[in-house]
Amino acid sequence: MSNHKNHIQQRERGSVVKFLAAELKPKGKIFSWFNIISVPVMTLGVVLIVIRFVKGIGSITNLDQEVPWGLWIGFDVVTGVAFAGGAYVLTFIVYILNVQKYKSIVRVTVLNGFLAYVFYAGALLLDLGRPWNVINPIIGNSFGVSSVLFLVAWHFLLYMLAQLIEFSPAIAEWIGARRARKILSGMTLAAVIFGITLSTLHQSGLGALFLMAKDKIHPLWYSGFIPILFFVSSIFAGLSMVIFEGSISHRVFYNKISEKNRKSHHGILHGLSGICAFTMFIYFFLQVIVFLHGKHWDLLNTRMGYWYLTEIFGFVVLPMILFFISYRNHRITLIKIAAIITMIGIIINRLNVTVIGYKWDAAVPYVPSWMEIVVTFTVLFAEIWIFRWVINRMPVLSDSPDWVREE
Amino acid sequence: MGVDRRNFLRALGLTGVALGTGKKLGAAESQTDKEDEFYGILYDSTWCAGCQGCEIACAEAHGLTPPEIEDVPEVGKKRVADETRRTVVNAYETSQGEFFVKTQCMQCAQPACASACLTKAMYKTRDGSVIWREEKCMGCRYCMVSCPFDAPKFEYHSSNPKIEKCDMCFDRVKEGKLPACVENCPAEAIKFGNRRELIAEARKRIAEFPGMYHDVIYGEHEAGGTGWLYLSAVPFGELGFNTNIQKKPYPELTKGFLYSVPSVFVLAPAVLLGIHTATKNNNNQDEENE
Repeated sequence: MSNHKNHIQQRERGSVVKFLAAELKPKGKIFSWFNIISVPVMTLGVVLIVIRFVKGIGSITNLDQEVPWGLWIGFDVVTGVAFAGGAYVLTFIVYILNVQKYKSIVRVTVLNGFLAYVFYAGALLLDLGRPWNVINPIIGNSFGVSSVLFLVAWHFLLYMLAQLIEFSPAIAEWIGARRARKILSGMTLAAVIFGITLSTLHQSGLGALFLMAKDKIHPLWYSGFIPILFFVSSIFAGLSMVIFEGSISHRVFYNKISEKNRKSHHGILHGLSGICAFTMFIYFFLQVIVFLHGKHWDLLNTRMGYWYLTEIFGFVVLPMILFFISYRNHRITLIKIAAIITMIGIIINRLNVTVIGYKWDAAVPYVPSWMEIVVTFTVLFAEIWIFRWVINRMPVLSDSPDWVREE
Repeated sequence: MGVDRRNFLRALGLTGVALGTGKKLGAAESQTDKEDEFYGILYDSTWCAGCQGCEIACAEAHGLTPPEIEDVPEVGKKRVADETRRTVVNAYETSQGEFFVKTQCMQCAQPACASACLTKAMYKTRDGSVIWREEKCMGCRYCMVSCPFDAPKFEYHSSNPKIEKCDMCFDRVKEGKLPACVENCPAEAIKFGNRRELIAEARKRIAEFPGMYHDVIYGEHEAGGTGWLYLSAVPFGELGFNTNIQKKPYPELTKGFLYSVPSVFVLAPAVLLGIHTATKNNNNQDEENE
């Protein structure tokens, strides 16, 4: 009897290997526009990364003793994580508030969030001068518990784990592991609660990183409230990304999406636009309070002041109004436009705190080198490659296999 | 650093999450609160002749390159410490004539860099030195972002980069020697000793020669107090000092955030689970009603 069982298991194992080998092969057109653009950029990026590890960070970046953090931290990590916020917001809505309307996009959002963290934490490794010591704060031989970065590092690690658990039922459905799926689905709620708690703290923690740089950040962007502003803005940053990514996926992976979910697409975008308008109003309100407490009226009539006003009115108030109008009038195209403006606004805001407003008065202001930009795109493209690979294979946008519903 | 960590752990204890760290808490509490009792250096800019003897001695002591012959302090030229030199002397034309000022890491009592460091590579020793430990550092440069004096410098052009900054000659002091710059200052403008006694000495100089000194010891309160203490004939703004440095220690700026972490970790999951349970029941009722 047991021999028979072993035999079946062996056969299954053999077929799993075959199955994985088959799944590794490309499934789409090889010469798509995205491939033609991304492959050369990524090749160049890999060469640059090799140079960086041989000759040091200074060989491909414009960082210097005054500006130790540039595009890789300011854009890849700080902005990227804000955009990944959609995952914790949506899991909150679906699993905590039990709003089933958004359930169909939870998986793709969690996948997006998970990949964002993996790749942006990866980008962080590129920026570390001594990356071989990255395990030091994890394995416990030197816990710097008074450091905000210690908190952020641990949260990145734990949150990636939580997101992997949230996403794991899709992997189990893909390889057909029924019992594993049952166990993993049972862990979802715990992972969600843990994940939201972690997100609250590290979304704000990314802002708290800059609290000690009090004298270095332009006063219009520095305040003790940076953590709260970062947290609140991560809500609509994440949701705008969900709207943006959802609209693109809707087009690119149209044949993967089930009939029912195609129909619910507009309703979902409409609901999200309402949440965006509301949270952006709170954010704007907070910004006004922070500004009034800062008492920097005199700084408004300077170059940085105009830039500050552009950010607040052009990229917070304007998309907030657009979201509101489109929510009232069911204007789907307008929602997408508002989402794109919001995303540009988030990029501007995060860069203003971390790069543009940081040592804004330096004799030689930091401007990223073209090589830093190529590496940034390499990270971004690599993430999209993996995203596409997963979407084409696992039940993320498509429905779960029939056996899931039977159980 | 010791103080900072102790307070942080105390906060952990208060919020009731100190179960795992209880032992550490006890150990930290047993330390005495004598944060002023460590070494410092008093630098009297009115005595400094700008000879660069300190720069040369410092480079020799730490295996760095000594300054070039033509690289001398000049009014209007700002020389800065970098990964190849831990200290520089600059010249300033002030309302009282030309003065020289030596700059280097200030050895804060509660250093921003050490509280920022997630691996404790930057570390405030019991002696008062703020040292950098190669085997712990991961090269994230968060210390550089946090330091109000921009003291830590990074080797951008190395595959095995180090952080360079003055560590008040921690190794020499351990051997009972004086810091290299102190030992090699012909004008005796740099004095090494117990920080509390150095402050008394500085006050004495100001009191004895009130016409000679500006009545402020830079470093006594800046950033919560620094190991290096400066005397000057003119207001420190004229000598290129940042006079906007806050008087509170810089780690205080992140304390509020860090203190909120344990409470969020206790409260948030409970609240989330509560909402989940509440809304779940609601939905079920709706279904039953329909």
